Amino acid sequence: MWVAKTYYDKTNMSSRAPFLFLIFVLVAVGVTSVYYRHVEYGVPLTTGERISIWQVEAQISFIANEEAVNAQLSLPQDNSFELVEEFTASPAYGVHVQRDTTRPKVMWSKREAQGRQTLYYQGSFKAALQDQQDAPPSAVPSVEWWPEPYRSSVQVVFNDARARSGNNDSLLIQIQQDLQSDDQNMALLQSRFSKTEIFSQLLSMASIPSKKVGGLILEDGRRNQSLIPLVKVYINEKWRVLNLERAEIDPELPLLIWRQDAPSLLDVEGGTDSKVSFSISRITRSALADAKQSLTDSAAFGLYNLPLAEQNLFKGILLLPIGALVVVFLRIIIGIKCSGTFMPILIATSFIQTELLNGVLGFLLIVSTGLVIRSYLSHLNLLLVSRISAVVLVVIAIIVLLTILAFQLGLTEALTITFFPMIIMAWTIERMSILWEEEGGREVLAQGIGSLIVAVVAYLMMDNEVIRHWAFNFLGVHALIMAAILLMGQYTGYRLLELHRFKPMEDA
Amino acid sequence: MLDFASPIKLKTRGVMGMNQRNFSYIARYNDRRLYPNVDDKLKTKVIALEHGLAVPNLLGTVRFQHEVKRVFTILDKHQGFCIKPAKGSGGKGILVILKTDEKGYQKANGDVVSRKEIVRHISNILAGLFSLGGASDVALIESLIEFDPIFEGLSHGGVPDIRMIVFQGYPVMSMLRLATHASDGKANLHQGAVGVGLDIATGSMLGAVQFDRPVTEHPDTGKSLEDIKIKQWQNLLLLSAECYEMSGLGYLGVDIVLDKKLGPLILELNARPGLAIQTANRIGLLPRLHAIEALKQKSGHNNITRKRIPRAHDRVAFAIKHFG
Repeated sequence: MWVAKTYYDKTNMSSRAPFLFLIFVLVAVGVTSVYYRHVEYGVPLTTGERISIWQVEAQISFIANEEAVNAQLSLPQDNSFELVEEFTASPAYGVHVQRDTTRPKVMWSKREAQGRQTLYYQGSFKAALQDQQDAPPSAVPSVEWWPEPYRSSVQVVFNDARARSGNNDSLLIQIQQDLQSDDQNMALLQSRFSKTEIFSQLLSMASIPSKKVGGLILEDGRRNQSLIPLVKVYINEKWRVLNLERAEIDPELPLLIWRQDAPSLLDVEGGTDSKVSFSISRITRSALADAKQSLTDSAAFGLYNLPLAEQNLFKGILLLPIGALVVVFLRIIIGIKCSGTFMPILIATSFIQTELLNGVLGFLLIVSTGLVIRSYLSHLNLLLVSRISAVVLVVIAIIVLLTILAFQLGLTEALTITFFPMIIMAWTIERMSILWEEEGGREVLAQGIGSLIVAVVAYLMMDNEVIRHWAFNFLGVHALIMAAILLMGQYTGYRLLELHRFKPMEDA
Repeated sequence: MLDFASPIKLKTRGVMGMNQRNFSYIARYNDRRLYPNVDDKLKTKVIALEHGLAVPNLLGTVRFQHEVKRVFTILDKHQGFCIKPAKGSGGKGILVILKTDEKGYQKANGDVVSRKEIVRHISNILAGLFSLGGASDVALIESLIEFDPIFEGLSHGGVPDIRMIVFQGYPVMSMLRLATHASDGKANLHQGAVGVGLDIATGSMLGAVQFDRPVTEHPDTGKSLEDIKIKQWQNLLLLSAECYEMSGLGYLGVDIVLDKKLGPLILELNARPGLAIQTANRIGLLPRLHAIEALKQKSGHNNITRKRIPRAHDRVAFAIKHFG
């Protein structure tokens, strides 16, 4: 027996290379685009995903001295959070938010003010998608020596810690431990300086860059909070935030770094007794809405910038590839026969409007009534075009009748029957009727059931919340669908139903 | 109800599936430009006559609606005839009239049709009711085939025809198709016609199926299918092999009828022949197709020019030797 496999596969392979490359490109484009949209813009993978947004309100109060007032509040500088929106509330004050400098701030000013003044700043923050590191320190810190006897004490503590550590990592741990000890020198230092200050001094002696920052603990429902003094240490090419003063902070709670080494959080000119207190509340928001917001704001190339009506239109159109995929799969891999290649998809789209049960019942009702009337029309000896046109009219009449009947009977769900595409229904009836005359009822039943199965499967896919979400919000999915359709277009294996058909061949 | 064959077993038996037929054979060997030659029976007939191949006698054609009434000047000259659409597929729209008498026209199944119904049928053909995609069409009127008496009792109201798969001009597999009550007189296996696998070497029966399941006798007449042997087998093979040069299609289904007086006649050609022939023969197509592909490889050229192709006679000899 001649087996021409080698020749055969060779020609196959050489012509397949560009094809496989195309598939590869489509998959790469699809996956990259999905990944990029998810990671870069935070488009969520599922629909229900929600993100936390922290609303932080800073309340500033001071007593004005009956003169011009200038108040400056430093704003958060934290790369792990993104500002969503901000408001200020301040009666009769001029407000100016300055972001372009190294120190972002909000400034209030008024020509003359008197008595207790209360100003509000509210900012909403969400966790940044990527945790960007702060810039590395520009220079090795120089030590500003404290006066004696603190200078000697701190020197002793430092030498001691250095002697008991091998590298900067262990030195850091050692210093932290020493801060908690009741060593004499430490006690002396702590009588004059805060732990944070001592820690910073020791770090600068060790030439480890550090800065004092103020952080706000984000916990829902907290009021009258103030900034916690923290130290940011640059070690192993990374900034780490250390909390030295208060050990009881829950490490699970997010920290918003508000002030970085800046001279002060609040400056008030023309006022006394100034203070800031923060209150924090958490709201949740749909992750999708949030991503849409940021995509629209960034004017990125995409569907979200279209008018809402067009967006809704595309929500429908972008489901069709899903239906096409279902048809290709069910026909090529499973081998289901259906009447008209894409008729089932159109039926499935109307199922979306009518709901499944109503849709299937309506479809069967219209097609079967149509077939009965069409069988009468075939006796009238009409030419094709006018016969189909007559069927279109009959379909419309059936739909009108059924709708009126359903309304009279109070079956409001059945009113959605009007969503069926009438021309498609007419063609379906015409085709099935010819099929009946030519090939018999058996074939009509096979193709009718086949079409209905394809339509129902396509509907179930197209009606799925997650699939709808992916089809509209991740356009890269369509590149993947394209790749799958192309791949299936070269599938030469058996269809599932052929395995049944050729059963007698198995052991012939 | 659904028991599935193992795909591996089918593969080893060389059974070809629909996807492979479409992808590896029809798309590769059948040039789309040539399809109209086989999809239009009138064209097929003209080309066949140019090549000197035998076809059923054409009595006349009706091309336009206003000509329909004139059809009776042709019909009245003949006792029996057959009206078919030029572009029909799957045996659609074929009206066979066995004899004409004062009651009207008698169909194969005994029903009588009136002149009015004949007019309607032709109008339907012209309007494209039976053609692919509903394109307007031409009605052909052919003389009736007088089928050979050996087919007596083997067909329920239709002409038995022989389907031959011709690959690259080599006849590779064949079957006899018998109309049944279930198939409504049509010779299409998916409608319920019986397919009888025929030995390529001798034209004798190998096995038979209806609805893809084995049968041993005709379901309507009960006549045994066991000892069918087709006459003039050599001529039949040659005729089908010559259809390759005539149509230019590499993977071809040739439908042939055996007329009592005229011998084998080409009924129609099919660029997308079905797969049921495999179940009728109880053997897969792939080993034979591969054998011919290997032949081409041996001779060392992929694009054989017409001159280099072995002549039909030699191809038939090859088929008889290797596929019998």
